[in-house]
Amino acid sequence: MKTVAIARYGAGNVRSVELAMRRLGAEVTDDLERADLAVLPGVGSARSAMDGLGPAADVLRARHEAGRPILGICLGLQLALEESEEDGGVAGLGIVPGRAVRLESERVPRIGWATVDPGGEAYWFAHSYEAVTDSTVATSEGHAAVVEHGSFVGVQFHPEKSGAAGARFLEQCLSRA
Amino acid sequence: MPLPRLIPCLDVAAGRVVKGVRFQHLRDVGDPVELGAAYSDGGADELVFLDISATVASKAAAADVAARVAERVTIPFTFGGGIRSVADATALLEAGADKISVNSAALARPELIEELARSLGSQAVVVAIDTEGGRVRSHAATRDAARNTVEWAKECEQRGAGELLVTSIDRDGTRDGYDLEQLAALRDAVSLPVIASGGAGNAQHVADALEVSQAALLASILHEDPARLVALRDELRGLGVPLRDAA
Repeated sequence: MKTVAIARYGAGNVRSVELAMRRLGAEVTDDLERADLAVLPGVGSARSAMDGLGPAADVLRARHEAGRPILGICLGLQLALEESEEDGGVAGLGIVPGRAVRLESERVPRIGWATVDPGGEAYWFAHSYEAVTDSTVATSEGHAAVVEHGSFVGVQFHPEKSGAAGARFLEQCLSRA
Repeated sequence: MPLPRLIPCLDVAAGRVVKGVRFQHLRDVGDPVELGAAYSDGGADELVFLDISATVASKAAAADVAARVAERVTIPFTFGGGIRSVADATALLEAGADKISVNSAALARPELIEELARSLGSQAVVVAIDTEGGRVRSHAATRDAARNTVEWAKECEQRGAGELLVTSIDRDGTRDGYDLEQLAALRDAVSLPVIASGGAGNAQHVADALEVSQAALLASILHEDPARLVALRDELRGLGVPLRDAA
């Protein structure tokens, strides 16, 4: 059984991530350092999230240096970057080169199911900022959807809320961890 | 643009799904978790739960419903009804809801929208607007809120709302189709996603609403019957609406 630890910093979607991981048979622990997979969830604003992370920030950086798997979801992806323009500019974890910028889209926030390519599956998005990074490996309507850098995988969408497609994605993350 | 969305709406009171006419003569029509899960299986893109009793006692019941829904349903869902503070909203999101919806409380104190957006992020804040003849109604549409609908929509956007759920009281329950004129005016006035509500009688009405809005709320057209959602999705696909493949 794989163990999963979720970084808790007041993000709203922690319970949803936890439930999704349990559904897939993972054991959820509090050990961010040693769990097979660490998840950096994210809903809310960049500044309060970075403030709330506290000591977990260093644990995540060390995990990344050691090549241990981390999954960043939505804001969790953006926090892994060097900086975000949100809230007048916020320094991120710096795990992934790049920055989060205000979304340029017809409607903001960009809310709804949208296709991710390559792959062609639709996942649930709800965001006002987007990652700009050379580590982007999949996009959705021109926006970074999946980012990979070393042992870090970040997704702009919410796999924990993306029905069957989301469950398949999380299962892959668990089997790779 | 993301794909057009179909959003079944479930009226909830004291932890049960209820059905009534204008909030009266409520009848128990099922369990919110069971019905929500069945709609999700039927291809719903999201769910909206509207607590229509919204009393103090029902607040705890609403958080309990949200927690139970989150255990079973793996698509996003919104909770509305009786939310007056950041604390009310936070309890629902922590239980597993993705968004909250405010209506009369935001009209009474518009700063609430800013407080919610700052604390939860705009993407979690839906402002529900009941509109009749281009003017906003409040308190379950029983009172004139003394505001122009388009002006209020713009103010909601400026204050940090993430989405607008716009119900046409003129059309609600008529099955004559959505108020496309009002929806088009809102599309042009704000750059937020708009969820159309009120007046759906057939698939063509829904298809028309999805031309001018990003999502359609489905209430009485479904009769609390998930099989109707499956049939409606098939009809909409036949009309060329690019719905999500939920498999």
